[in-house]
Amino acid sequence: MKSLIRQHRTSRFWNAVVPFLFLFCAVAVPSAWADGPQSTPSILAPASTPAHSIYNLSLFVLAITGGIFVVVAGLLAFAIIRYRERKTDDASEPVQIYGSVQVELAWTVIPILIVVVLFLTTARIIFAIQDAPEPKSALDVTVVGHQFWWEFRYPKLGIVTANELHVPVSKATYLHLLSADVDHSFWVPQLGGKTDLIPNHPNQMWIQPDHTGLYLGQCAQFCGVEHAKMLLRVYVDSPEQFADWVKDEQQPGVQDPQVAQGRQIFETHACTNCHAIAGTAAVGTFGPDLTHLASRATIASGAALNTPANLRDWIKDPDQFKPGALMPAMQLSDAEIDQLVAYLSTLH
Amino acid sequence: MADQTLPIAGSLDVTPQRSTGSVLLEWLHEWVVTVDHKRLGILYIVYGIVFLLVAGAEAIAIRIQLAVPHNHFLSPELFNEMFTMHGTTMVFLVGMTILFGFANYLVPLMIGARDMAFPRLNAFSFWMTAFGGLLLYYSFIGGFGLYGMGAAPDVTWWAYAPLTAKAFSPGHATDYWALSLIVAGFGTLGTAINIVATTLCLRCRGMSLMRMPLFVWLMLVTSGLTLITITPLTAAQIMLVIDRYLGGHFFDTQAGGSAVVWMHFFWIFGHPEVYVLVLPAFGVASEVIPVFSRKAIFGYPAMVAASVGIAFVSLGVWAHHMFTVGMTSVGNTFFVLSTMLVGIPTSLKIFNWLATIWGGKIRFSVPMLFALAFVFQFLLAGLTGIMLSAAPWDWQLHNSYFVIAHFHYVLVGAIVFNIFAAIYYWYPKMTGRMLNETLGKWHFWLFLIGFHVTFDTMHFVGILGMPRSIYTYEPDRGWNQLNFIISVGGIIQGIAVLIFAWNLVHSYFRGKAAGNDPWDAWTLEWATPSPPPGYNFATDPMVYSRRPLWDLKHPEDPDWKYE
Repeated sequence: MKSLIRQHRTSRFWNAVVPFLFLFCAVAVPSAWADGPQSTPSILAPASTPAHSIYNLSLFVLAITGGIFVVVAGLLAFAIIRYRERKTDDASEPVQIYGSVQVELAWTVIPILIVVVLFLTTARIIFAIQDAPEPKSALDVTVVGHQFWWEFRYPKLGIVTANELHVPVSKATYLHLLSADVDHSFWVPQLGGKTDLIPNHPNQMWIQPDHTGLYLGQCAQFCGVEHAKMLLRVYVDSPEQFADWVKDEQQPGVQDPQVAQGRQIFETHACTNCHAIAGTAAVGTFGPDLTHLASRATIASGAALNTPANLRDWIKDPDQFKPGALMPAMQLSDAEIDQLVAYLSTLH
Repeated sequence: MADQTLPIAGSLDVTPQRSTGSVLLEWLHEWVVTVDHKRLGILYIVYGIVFLLVAGAEAIAIRIQLAVPHNHFLSPELFNEMFTMHGTTMVFLVGMTILFGFANYLVPLMIGARDMAFPRLNAFSFWMTAFGGLLLYYSFIGGFGLYGMGAAPDVTWWAYAPLTAKAFSPGHATDYWALSLIVAGFGTLGTAINIVATTLCLRCRGMSLMRMPLFVWLMLVTSGLTLITITPLTAAQIMLVIDRYLGGHFFDTQAGGSAVVWMHFFWIFGHPEVYVLVLPAFGVASEVIPVFSRKAIFGYPAMVAASVGIAFVSLGVWAHHMFTVGMTSVGNTFFVLSTMLVGIPTSLKIFNWLATIWGGKIRFSVPMLFALAFVFQFLLAGLTGIMLSAAPWDWQLHNSYFVIAHFHYVLVGAIVFNIFAAIYYWYPKMTGRMLNETLGKWHFWLFLIGFHVTFDTMHFVGILGMPRSIYTYEPDRGWNQLNFIISVGGIIQGIAVLIFAWNLVHSYFRGKAAGNDPWDAWTLEWATPSPPPGYNFATDPMVYSRRPLWDLKHPEDPDWKYE
């Protein structure tokens, strides 16, 4: 009978603990032991040099703080159970202890030592990441934050694009961070920590990815109504893929005579006030550059897939995808929108 | 006149009975014109609890919106208003008011004084704070007028420039935010001045600084810190209003102003503000834990030193909120060190509470349950704080849900838990009736479970890359289940708080009579009747140790022999 009770208790204990173990595994396992890009942008799945150093530091800090937690929480749990008032106790007060200089000194000195270790380790990683000299071969990209999209400029390559950043694998890319309006923050967890884009305060960060693929992130500093849909896509390309992409991007916009009507609609409406398409009269800079719009997988900074149907809905009423987006509804007829979408879909 | 039946002669209530004909008007008049520190304290606390319910409802709305991806429960605009108002309300109208309310009520009683040093300033401060809060909430119907959700502030509670500039925040939402905090801030400054003056000048005979109860010590430190930190906030708000209305360019980046200067101003207020809230919570724990462990606080001088130390260090750590704004490596390193240093006095405090429990006879009444849960949660909050202080790791965790989890562990797990402990502990003194113990245990256990379901899970979703302040998220990011769990926990907490609110009302009318000293405690407030009469004490008390009532109850073994 006695052993039965004990068994019952154990199983109750495990019933309580197992869900937490599952929760932990669900979080940690798929991310920690996989290489390369994932749909979950976990900081435990680093795929770039600075992200790896941060990951290693985080494991070290986690080990120390975890150790402290086990010891102190264990002592606390022990004290609460051991020194509870029991029915058998008499009414007398326990022995009064007012303090002990030696003991208190001990538990002041031990934290000091732990802080010294943690501080020196952290400082080393800060300097290693922040003050790393920029290699000659590094790619420079200027990132400009806008409400609510990303502009990417490659000054040495003469490329301007939006929302989908392409970088080569195994090579350092230096991101020069600017803002056109309010504060934003560039965060792709698998590639590195975040750095803010602040108007009138240029910042810089670097990444050096080690696996090709698509990495997801998003704006990490509240920037207004559509902050939630200022999504980020970073394509890490093999050297050949990247060279091809650069060659394509350097071309002016495709001029297909079959969609000349759509192009005319674009050029004669307010579109050109904000958007640019190289090789046409459109040179606006307030919205994303559309020269190679059709080569991008998404529109509206990742809020919707780049399909003709979505493009159509977006031009008709941007609020369907992003209520509060700064692009106005264009008030075109259905026939005009069809022609316009046909034109935009040729811009590879 | 004096009531000689009490351990220390108490004053008798000799307020003349006037009658204007209407009982209700008479009652209302007394509460509006009062300068009595106890009534003002209760006003502060009731006001704070009302806003706790309001801001709690806002949190529930936020969690319903985020329970599933691409939800349409709230519009993006309304969501942004909800989390801005939730944060602003909880910090300025709930945390500050309830804790200052307890200070108002308890500090004079604990130091054997008849009232605060400046009773009229006290009333003025309360009404400033109260009207500041009303001004903030008037934004829902003011601003552009009654359309949709009105024009409540929607620029986050840290309100980074230049999003607050006229160009990006037209209308009056941001003005309501800035002006109401200026008004409430003046009230806070008045109370802080009052508490400093009271603790330094009105202590009874024998109550040297080193014999003050720890709650009083912590309120003194908090008030000093408040004077230093509210000032830059008020200055920054005034600069913001100048920018918006008088063509100033302090934070106007397009005219050469600096967005980073706002961040410095805000966080040199904002970080010590956390300590302004948590130090009184430490004070509550330092009163509750000894009484329910039946032991004197362990290492009183070290506890005082640690409190003062935390206050000093907290003034030098603000830029750890700014590791991602592009400071130099040396700048970042400095703030890593200063932030980690906070861990030293804080761990001393945790160890001393632990040593207080050690060897005691722990009584698990509701106040003690909340205080013990606080120690455990504050330990975890401190450890995640260490993780965030490692700047490179912060580059990942900053503005993610991990940070939300960390600071809710401090603000709820430490501060709100201690506010609940304080209410259960001192409610009998304030009303003369005990809170219902069964309802209290339901409240505690449901709140504890809800708290951990919500905020433990939030750490994980942050590690998986979910940023804060987003009104919705993509369904393919792997955050769906975790967010649903977080929302369920939020609703459990909401139910617990409703039980608590019911308990407050129910026990006021039906609660057991408390008597003067229901917990067999040791500080001076328990030597007065419950509730204490006007002017508290008929004669100036005389104390010989840190636990005057222990000395009276144990004449054979008084404290002063050992201090």
